[in-house]
Amino acid sequence: MADNADRYQHGEAHDPLVDETEDSREARSAAARLFDIRRVIGGLFVAYGLIVGLMGLFDSSAEIDKAQGVRINLWAGLVMLVFGLLMLLWQRLRPTEPPEPGAADER
Amino acid sequence: MGGGLRLNMNALDYLILALYFVTVLGVGFAARRAIRTSVDFFLSGRSLPAWVTGLAFVSANLGALEIIGMAANGAQYGAMTVHYYWIGAVPAMVFLGIVMMPFYYGSKVRSVPEYLRLRFNRPTHLLNAISFAVAQVLIAGVNLYALALIMQALLGWPLWVAIVVGAAIVLAYITVGGLSGAIYNEVLQFFVIIAGLVPITVIGLVKVGGVSGLMDAVRDSKLGEAGLHAWQGTGSTDNPLGAHWLGIVFGLGFVLSFGYWTTNFAEVQRALSARNMSAARRTPIIGAYPKLLIPLVTVIPGLIALVTVKGLGAEEGDLVYNNAIPLLMRDLLPNGVLGIAVTGLVASFMAGMAANVSGFNTVFTYDIWQAYFRRDRPDDYYVRVGRIATVVAVVVGIGTAFIAAGFSNIMNYIQALFSVFNAPLFGTFIIGMFWKRMTPLAGFWSLLSGTVVAIVIYLLHLADVLHFNSDLEESFWGAGLAFVTVAVVAAILTPLTRPKRSDELTGLVYGMSDATLKDDSLAGDAAWYRSPVLLGVIAVVLAALFYIPVF
Repeated sequence: MADNADRYQHGEAHDPLVDETEDSREARSAAARLFDIRRVIGGLFVAYGLIVGLMGLFDSSAEIDKAQGVRINLWAGLVMLVFGLLMLLWQRLRPTEPPEPGAADER
Repeated sequence: MGGGLRLNMNALDYLILALYFVTVLGVGFAARRAIRTSVDFFLSGRSLPAWVTGLAFVSANLGALEIIGMAANGAQYGAMTVHYYWIGAVPAMVFLGIVMMPFYYGSKVRSVPEYLRLRFNRPTHLLNAISFAVAQVLIAGVNLYALALIMQALLGWPLWVAIVVGAAIVLAYITVGGLSGAIYNEVLQFFVIIAGLVPITVIGLVKVGGVSGLMDAVRDSKLGEAGLHAWQGTGSTDNPLGAHWLGIVFGLGFVLSFGYWTTNFAEVQRALSARNMSAARRTPIIGAYPKLLIPLVTVIPGLIALVTVKGLGAEEGDLVYNNAIPLLMRDLLPNGVLGIAVTGLVASFMAGMAANVSGFNTVFTYDIWQAYFRRDRPDDYYVRVGRIATVVAVVVGIGTAFIAAGFSNIMNYIQALFSVFNAPLFGTFIIGMFWKRMTPLAGFWSLLSGTVVAIVIYLLHLADVLHFNSDLEESFWGAGLAFVTVAVVAAILTPLTRPKRSDELTGLVYGMSDATLKDDSLAGDAAWYRSPVLLGVIAVVLAALFYIPVF
């Protein structure tokens, strides 16, 4: 975003060290290109949901007894699966704003 | 710990753990693409949305010492443990967001010590930067050691293998991905931690016959009726915690908690990485909502362990209070959710350690190296310094972990001592923010004398010269007296020394707002559900309402 450096106004901080890093941030920061963590969380939880849920389908009675009669793997797997899918859905419906084309790469 | 805690992990449990490790490293490498400048590396380019920084804010505090420790407190002290959340955290988090964040974020400082440099002078800055840096490395070592102990007890890994594996993973994702790597992983860790703790709580409650069954069982336990009440019996110190309500409100609720939450850079850094002022102010407040509910998955399992594990509360061995959660995992969780729970514990250790390490590398680079050794280098140079500082912090952390292995009690003491350090720091901050006249010299001597008082009281307590009912009571008093010392020294020295000019304080103190500060709000920030004040008030009201069932 170096091209609109005039947006930057001095006076946010009155310290040379702070101003310097702020200047270079405004000029070169690539942070807008960050990936979306929702996809990672969604993906991991979908995987966990499938693994644990499938284990739950085949739980032996010894395992169910250990969990006080609760089919915990099945339930936990389902909940994690749904949570993971919701994260992916949220990311799909409200994607992060794409980086401005001009600022994409200028190294 | 012997083999008594060993969990029966199968291949699929290990697959769950391995998937987590791979994901965490992947997040680190993906975050690397976004690093161009030092602000990208140390403050995520100030670009993150509030829900991310808010969850990272609470996750940075969800170290396993916190989870294991709060479940242990739940078993030992009962319902009074909720004070650590509802009065000992939520009000301070809301205060940070509403009152203090405009000064931190608005002045564009890059760290908490840097605020002291601008508000007071370089000696105050250096004193705080060094004590913070040392504390973070030591605490990172303690976290690492605790991780290794759990891995050894639960999985049978040798201590050194667990220490090196844990350190290597944290090192990799912070060195490569910077603060974005740490914060994004903290958000992921938050959900994994919760996913690990919820099944323990659910099955535990089924086992004891629900909430009413749990309450009946606690009444019959060694805690008795007192284990179900947070405030009853605090008119004297005759309660499980040994604390008077005055101590709880002022010691824990004010001095200790405000000191920790509002001046600990490992926390505040998460808010500084937010993308604008509104998101920065909402960061700790969004973090307050999960914090309200975390006792459900720490204190309740603690109580369940108390009533279901016979002999819990031994002085040493497998049945110490600290093993409340590991014991429940062993007794209640079948393979599958067991893998999730182990992953959750590992995640919480990593979250805690990563917060310490990423706080350290920023303060070391900006506040020590750039400010006092090598100024005026190109920005890339400081990114390199930050990466080297990360490596050094983790290596030293491994060293302190091995020292801690020899002196685990001493390390507990050190951690308690650093928690007391925060009280004089908070005193200096709050007076400096609201009293424009407070001079730089007064700032330095206030901070130094407050810190000395805190240390002396602590040492006198250790040497048994001063007697307190409990370590907790000592920390209330130590923190309170340190705070008073700061105020008194500031009041005496300020009239005798020269204050800063008004124009040097713009944006740093109350009533001197920066008129040139550009409005950085985004579309939608004006919505009522994004108002920091409203969200904060709701959080505090909820905290008060939550006390009703356990009054």
